[in-house]
Amino acid sequence: MPLMPVVLWTDALVFLLIALGLIFGLHAARHEHLRAPWRRVVRSRVGVATLVVLSAYGLIGLLDTVHFRLKTDQPSSSVEPQTVQYAPEVLSLFDVALSGLRERQEKTYSAPFATHLFVKEAIQLPDGTLIRDYPRLEHGGSHLADPTTERGLDIAFRALLGMFKGLLAWGLIGAGILWLLARRRGEPLAAIRADILAGRTAIPWRTALAMLGLLLVCGFVAAELAANYHILGTDKVGEDVFFQTLKSIRTGLLIGTLTTLVMLPAALLLGIAAGYFRGWVDDVIQYLYTTLNSIPGVLLIAAAILMLQVYMSNHADDFASLVERADLRLLFLCLILGVTSWTGLCRLLRGEALKLREVDYVQAASALGVGHFTILARHLLPNVMHIVLITVVLDFSGLVLAEAVLSYVNIGVDPTMNSWGNMINSARLELARDPVVWWSLTAAFVFMFTLVLAANLFADVVRDAFDPRLRGVN
Amino acid sequence: MTAYLLRRLLYAVPILIGVNLITFVLFFVVNSPDDMARMHLGEKRVTEEAVQTWKQSHGYDKPLIFNPEATGIARLTDTIFFEKSVRLFAFQFGSSDDGRDIGYDISQRMWPSLAIAIPVLLVGLAFNISYALFIVLFRATYVDIGSVVLLVAMLSISSLFYIIGGQFILGKLFHLAPISGYDTGLHAWKFLILPVIVGVIGGIGAGTRWYRTLFLEEIAKDYVRTARAKGLSEGRVLFRHVLGNALIPILTGVVVVLPLLFMGSLITESFFGIPGLGSYTIDAIGNQDFAIVRSMVFLGAVLYILGLILTDLSYTLVDPRVKLQ
Repeated sequence: MPLMPVVLWTDALVFLLIALGLIFGLHAARHEHLRAPWRRVVRSRVGVATLVVLSAYGLIGLLDTVHFRLKTDQPSSSVEPQTVQYAPEVLSLFDVALSGLRERQEKTYSAPFATHLFVKEAIQLPDGTLIRDYPRLEHGGSHLADPTTERGLDIAFRALLGMFKGLLAWGLIGAGILWLLARRRGEPLAAIRADILAGRTAIPWRTALAMLGLLLVCGFVAAELAANYHILGTDKVGEDVFFQTLKSIRTGLLIGTLTTLVMLPAALLLGIAAGYFRGWVDDVIQYLYTTLNSIPGVLLIAAAILMLQVYMSNHADDFASLVERADLRLLFLCLILGVTSWTGLCRLLRGEALKLREVDYVQAASALGVGHFTILARHLLPNVMHIVLITVVLDFSGLVLAEAVLSYVNIGVDPTMNSWGNMINSARLELARDPVVWWSLTAAFVFMFTLVLAANLFADVVRDAFDPRLRGVN
Repeated sequence: MTAYLLRRLLYAVPILIGVNLITFVLFFVVNSPDDMARMHLGEKRVTEEAVQTWKQSHGYDKPLIFNPEATGIARLTDTIFFEKSVRLFAFQFGSSDDGRDIGYDISQRMWPSLAIAIPVLLVGLAFNISYALFIVLFRATYVDIGSVVLLVAMLSISSLFYIIGGQFILGKLFHLAPISGYDTGLHAWKFLILPVIVGVIGGIGAGTRWYRTLFLEEIAKDYVRTARAKGLSEGRVLFRHVLGNALIPILTGVVVVLPLLFMGSLITESFFGIPGLGSYTIDAIGNQDFAIVRSMVFLGAVLYILGLILTDLSYTLVDPRVKLQ
């Protein structure tokens, strides 16, 4: 086999999350009352636009989640041919797809689209004299003979080429969607196209396609340029910032989703049980969450992460590789963030369960002798799911932002892991340099802002669609 | 009322015990004091003596919960649990891992924290409420839509960027305020400008959006319609009726965070170099000073519970329908 799959803990949880999502999706697709709110989501223009952006992020994150180790090219003489050796480095599909970006390292800082290094170095001229000047980059713009005259034109040409490719891809995907829609409705293509262009379709395809086009064009232009330039510059050790910020997407998404995944069982179980059983069960659970809530979140996370660091430094041999270690720390961070954030959901669920247990159908079920467990699972659980969903979606953006702050305080993800927090953390002194090194911060800002903004807008749409109290208002 | 207060205070005791137990387990059971000593001494191969000396000098050389060698009550008191955790109940924070008196440090460092937190709270409150009222006055117009988009965008920016951006634009480009630092007494005001401005701007997104929702909920109620039907001007309806009634959730929302203002803001203080409790905590986390982190956890829990009690009290003060029993 040319490669050996590696499933990290977080990868496994992501696959579990996707499986759960698929099961829930299939279940919801068969039940009209579950489909109705989702229909409201995809019929809102903000809803589909943000959904397209979030899917793009999700796709990158997913590609970055499939990990494996490549087979090493071994010298044929020394090792027997039967044993296959795998490289110690754990890569993801995403790394391989962008291996050009990953491998093209410079010496240190260079500005976006630069052809020369950001700092002066002693260069030896062909005639033997030494001068101090900005040396050419090893990779950025290295195909140009005379950067000062050719660079502008080259960039413009490549950008146009990328745009053209992007439009082509967009045209193909758009035509595919059009064809599918026409087939499903049994209408001619032209009629569908006219409907979409005029914005008359129930699902706002026009907005979705426009957003998709924007993303595709941006993506293709970036890809075309990134093949020959460092489009967002390089950082202190010469790594491509564009690659770093793309790699950070996975970390951000994982923190936002896995945290909720790990806290959900506890919040659901305890919240519903407290509201349904009342009495001493309620007292105990309330005591539990009040206690956890009264510890300031950051401090609890700090304490837990400090303890993890002590444990890891004393048991350094337990971890096979740096990636595994960083991965476990990320998982632990999700866990501890979950511990600090489940209390809000638990309280909401308790309140809802208190209300639901007095509802007629629950009373009837209990009068008919239905067991507690069945009542909880069949009557209470499905009726609090909308609260769970709203909370999960609303919490997402806050968690992504929290990661940045925690990493800044050094209690976030592992320093070796790519994340926006680590990027900001290592870049915060760069603004004090003269001239200013602004690109790392800008890159982290733009990518993080886009994700959080999309998540916030999407959360509002989901809340409006799922909250029965708001249904009459809008 | 007194009985209610007393009961709430008594109810706080088991919660604080719980907090104490959690921190105790986190700090002493998950990792033994030996682990901590090795971590602090730094090297991979630390001699057993060095570990013992470190533990002795920091008071970690006692048994965890029960001391079989002592006699009488000392069996329980001459332990790490009593010395390090139970004493917190009397606000005896002890000394930090590098030997400073934590209680004294806290009493000194809370003032800079308050000097930033209080102006941020007050100015932020005034600005957010005014802006929310302005939006509600122009509800369902382009002012409303534009503002909501702006607020969501502002809410999506990490607080780190507000601080970095503020320092860069106001401090470095325009030289309007010193970038970071602090001074004693009243001379400190120069250093407070930037953190306060950044703090207020950073809070606009979430704050104004919440107040706008509050006002819109209030404005849909019957008594507002009655007030309008009586012919009151829109301004009078907004400021007298809507604002007056919306003040209840606003006030209680503010009261619950009041005690926590002491703790300061971790990020703001460390960025601006302000010697408050927030940067104290950050430094402790950075230096892995467990004694300080433990004290701050306990202090934070006490203040949080205080905030909850104050919230209940403030309900009775502003809302005549609420009675405490």
